[in-house]
Amino acid sequence: MAIERPDPDELLARVERDNAKARRGRLKIFFGASAGVGKTFAMLQAVHERRAENLDVVIGLVETHGRKETQALLEGLEILPKRELEYKGRRLEEFDLDAALKRRPAIIVVDELAHSNVPGSRHPKRWQDIDELLDAGIDVYTAVNVQHLESLNDDINQISGVKTRETVPDTVFEKADEIELIDLPPNELLLRLREGKIYLPHQAEEAVKNFFRPGNLIALRELALRQTANRVDAQMLDYREGHAIQEVWQVSERLLVCIGPNALAERLVRAGKRLAANLRADWLVAYVETPELQRLPSIKRDAVLRVLRLAEQLGAETVTLSSPIISDAIIKLARERNINKIVIGKPRRRGWRRWLFGSVVDVLISQADDINLYLFGSSKHDQESGRSGFKNSPLPGLSQSRSAKNRKRYRGYLSAVAVSLLSTVVSYALLRGLDLANLVMVYLLGVVFIATRYGRGPSVLASLLGVGLFDILFVQPYFSFSVADSQYLVVLLGMLVVGMVISNLMANVRSQAKVASFRERRAATLYAMSKQLASSQSEQQIVLAANKHLQSEFGGRNVILLPDRQGRIAYPADKSVPESLLGADLSVAQWVFEHNEVAGQGTNTLPGAAAVYFPINDGEAMQGVLAMQPASLRRVFLPEQQKLLETLLRQIGQAFLRVQVAERAKSTQLEITAERLRNSLLSAISHDLRTPLAAIVGSASALMEDNGLLKPEDKQALTQGIADEAERMSQLINNILDMARLDSGVVKLNRQWYPIEEIIGAVLARLKKRLAMHVISVHLPPGVPMLHADGILIQQVMINLLENAARYTPPGSRITISARITPDAAIITVADDGPGIPHGLETQLFEKFYQGHSEAAQSGVGLGLAICRSIVESHGGRIHAFNKPQGGAAFEFTLPATEAPPVLAEHLG
Amino acid sequence: MSRLQPVIVVIEDDPPIRRFLRTGLTTQGFTVYEAANGKQGIIEAGNRKPDLIILDLGLPDRDGVEVIKAIRAWSAMPIIILSARSNEDNKIKGLDAGADDYLTKPFGFGELLARIRVALRHANRSAAKDSGEIFNCGNLTLDFQQRTVSVDGKNVHLTPIQYRLLITLVKNAGKVLTHQQILKEVWGPSYQENDHYLRIYMSQLRHKLETDPAQPKFLLTELGVGYRFNDSI
Repeated sequence: MAIERPDPDELLARVERDNAKARRGRLKIFFGASAGVGKTFAMLQAVHERRAENLDVVIGLVETHGRKETQALLEGLEILPKRELEYKGRRLEEFDLDAALKRRPAIIVVDELAHSNVPGSRHPKRWQDIDELLDAGIDVYTAVNVQHLESLNDDINQISGVKTRETVPDTVFEKADEIELIDLPPNELLLRLREGKIYLPHQAEEAVKNFFRPGNLIALRELALRQTANRVDAQMLDYREGHAIQEVWQVSERLLVCIGPNALAERLVRAGKRLAANLRADWLVAYVETPELQRLPSIKRDAVLRVLRLAEQLGAETVTLSSPIISDAIIKLARERNINKIVIGKPRRRGWRRWLFGSVVDVLISQADDINLYLFGSSKHDQESGRSGFKNSPLPGLSQSRSAKNRKRYRGYLSAVAVSLLSTVVSYALLRGLDLANLVMVYLLGVVFIATRYGRGPSVLASLLGVGLFDILFVQPYFSFSVADSQYLVVLLGMLVVGMVISNLMANVRSQAKVASFRERRAATLYAMSKQLASSQSEQQIVLAANKHLQSEFGGRNVILLPDRQGRIAYPADKSVPESLLGADLSVAQWVFEHNEVAGQGTNTLPGAAAVYFPINDGEAMQGVLAMQPASLRRVFLPEQQKLLETLLRQIGQAFLRVQVAERAKSTQLEITAERLRNSLLSAISHDLRTPLAAIVGSASALMEDNGLLKPEDKQALTQGIADEAERMSQLINNILDMARLDSGVVKLNRQWYPIEEIIGAVLARLKKRLAMHVISVHLPPGVPMLHADGILIQQVMINLLENAARYTPPGSRITISARITPDAAIITVADDGPGIPHGLETQLFEKFYQGHSEAAQSGVGLGLAICRSIVESHGGRIHAFNKPQGGAAFEFTLPATEAPPVLAEHLG
Repeated sequence: MSRLQPVIVVIEDDPPIRRFLRTGLTTQGFTVYEAANGKQGIIEAGNRKPDLIILDLGLPDRDGVEVIKAIRAWSAMPIIILSARSNEDNKIKGLDAGADDYLTKPFGFGELLARIRVALRHANRSAAKDSGEIFNCGNLTLDFQQRTVSVDGKNVHLTPIQYRLLITLVKNAGKVLTHQQILKEVWGPSYQENDHYLRIYMSQLRHKLETDPAQPKFLLTELGVGYRFNDSI
């Protein structure tokens, strides 16, 4: 072989596997050929060794079956209490998974890996409980017998004749970190059996005795040994790859198992699994659904679904293809996926039928030269079990009411009869003018009509009826099936064959058309939803869009549940829409969210739940959970539908991600701005607070140190200074607090109607002292002009503008307040006749911490105007500054009118 | 009761502010008793029978509004509340509960003294005799008997609501009345009128009584809180 180096992808995959393992708990399986070899005993001995190493070991569940030696080993160990469950009126005990997760020991012992849990538990199988423990990082010790391994189950059933129903997927066994084989030669085992040291369930004593035949035990032991040896082999290979030990290296093998809707399918899958494991190959399981196969009864289609699911459990990738020609689809898939081995059932057609109609295998042999074929025959056993109820029973929850379908079929048959009769009438009418053989065309026309409308069954009936009626009514002797002229036999036979062929062809066309229309609908759904998702700007819109489209595709009701900040799935806060599913089970949703797995009705986890819960992820992280109660579960679990749903969910997840990324970018931008602001605030405050503080501390200490030397007017001046500076600081702090409040968004506008003069009056009263040196004039329009605004905030704007004017103009200057009311706004101006605004600074003034003159005597962090702008803008208005043509600065703000002013009704009094 | 000096109880938890109040008020000829929390304050108010109470709304042990209610249960003595600037709602609650006036921290001592004098004067007057038949203030004259109002000797026509509004404010002259209190008084307890109607009536009243409605002398606005009739002219 020409491969020199390990495939880098393969190496990477192993690194990932190792990483995942490091986080997961380690699984150790005590593995035996049959009951009684001493697995539990060995396991408990190992536990005592761990305890001697000071590890935190807990017994989750151990069945001692009353054996004294085993019982003795349990002493001194912490044993978790079992959970009591009520099922069908009986109290049953079960391993308490939640208690174990809560207790979080380093190692937990959970016996009997293959056990099936009591219905109503979280998982149907114990191995799933153990998987969850491992996911939580807890090491698990468990035990299992070889006959419980899924892929060996079939063979062992054949060897032992005892049906084992409790099975464990091989992947669980393969992924175990450590396998310890507990081996006991069959002779000793039988000895122990005779001594009564082996626990036997009472009800099936005879069968169990049968099981413990020496030949049986030898076969089981061989299987167990071989299974363990295979694993060692695999570990060896792993080691070699990892350490680039280079002598042997294989091309990566790909195996394809082709299954059909028959009893052989399950065996093919198990055989494929074993073959794949031995070859260390990837394997796929494919089912090709031809138009004929789509017409199979739903029970048979469910059986196929079940086998596909089994294959997934065994570690296969499953593919469902839709094509009229099976062999073409298989060859195409094989070429696309680089498959070099195909496992398929032996042709079932024999003799002339095979020669006439061909078989898939023959086509594969002739067309796929480079692919090895493995053929499996079906045994009698399969054909029998294929008819037994077990394999053909419908999937849980997947049954469907069929009365509607039946009704349609009856109508089809009735129409067939009616059309046949009509054809006869028409034929009778045409009898004079036409040759008898031509009348056949009339009947065939009827058959075509029925075939296009009602499918195969009714059209077959129509052709049979047509032949019958034609024979009886038109062929001599009349009213008899017998045919006088032998040439009519040819006509009749031709009519029958043509009728059948037409029926078949039309039926195929019909179902192809149906498939095409389904596909088209799926494509349309996908397109419509992605279009709407792409235009969604918020999580709410995404949820609405998804809700609607999922409902139209799958029927029933659904709801998308999103996690809160703590990662707990919560009910949506928005109002429900008609499509919403109410009362989803949050604990199931939470489980799905944490494990990224499907759960609920029709699945392996919590099948008792009322809805199906699907994880929504964006490809990397979990986004939420979809809870769905579809019109019928079939609409969700058919492979094609499942793929569509997966695609839709992925789209939804990515839409969530997109919205979040956009939001994050926005908030990052905000944070940067806030950070910059905080920095300039700090430097400005430290300067502006220190200056007045220095003056206050200085003046106060001068007063205290006074040794009778200060003149009364000096004292007065110092005291006045303290008061003034303190006032300045107080104002500054008020400004800072106001700005902080406005910035943080806690300020809610309390808009009310205020007479403008009332606000101005209040402001002037407040500023009486500060404006004492200035001349104030107020110009208001006549009447009672009103302002719809938050009065307190607008008062603050006015105060800041007036103080600003007072600060930057010399004493004796005139300050003019004027207001104008237009139909859509109120405009208020504060103007002075001072020195005006330095050119080019008109907009900069409103920036935070801007000061007219840096470090100037008129101090005060440049917040006043920034506060004005914040307030005005929060009202939806604008503020700007300009120099008046006649000199002096003017500040003008506009508040848009949002509603009509109130009209006073004096009669209210 | 014959007392030489008016008695004031100061209920305030901050020692520096208590000290400055005590020093300042004593110098001005008041007898001052102090309480550092609400419980003690209520006891002091009962024991000392003060002429006025200065109450900080932010007390460590209970809400200042509770203290007002407790005192109002048995006495109409003037209460001036001190509040922090950010606490507008609490201030209105205090006034609704029966406080007479409020000051926002930080305040100047002169301002406080003026408020105390106004409050004491009104308390004395209403205690002595419930207003005469004629009310005179600056150029404004009210004749309660005739139900007439005149400015500079000229009769002013008022609508019934305007008149009731004026009477309500004049009767409580010097005291801050909240919107709620005025609405209740003028329109009756069952009537829940919108604040802006009150503002419009006030504005009309100013236009009829004030020389410059934008800089009123009598009808002062405490924006966001209420109105006050200023009779200290």
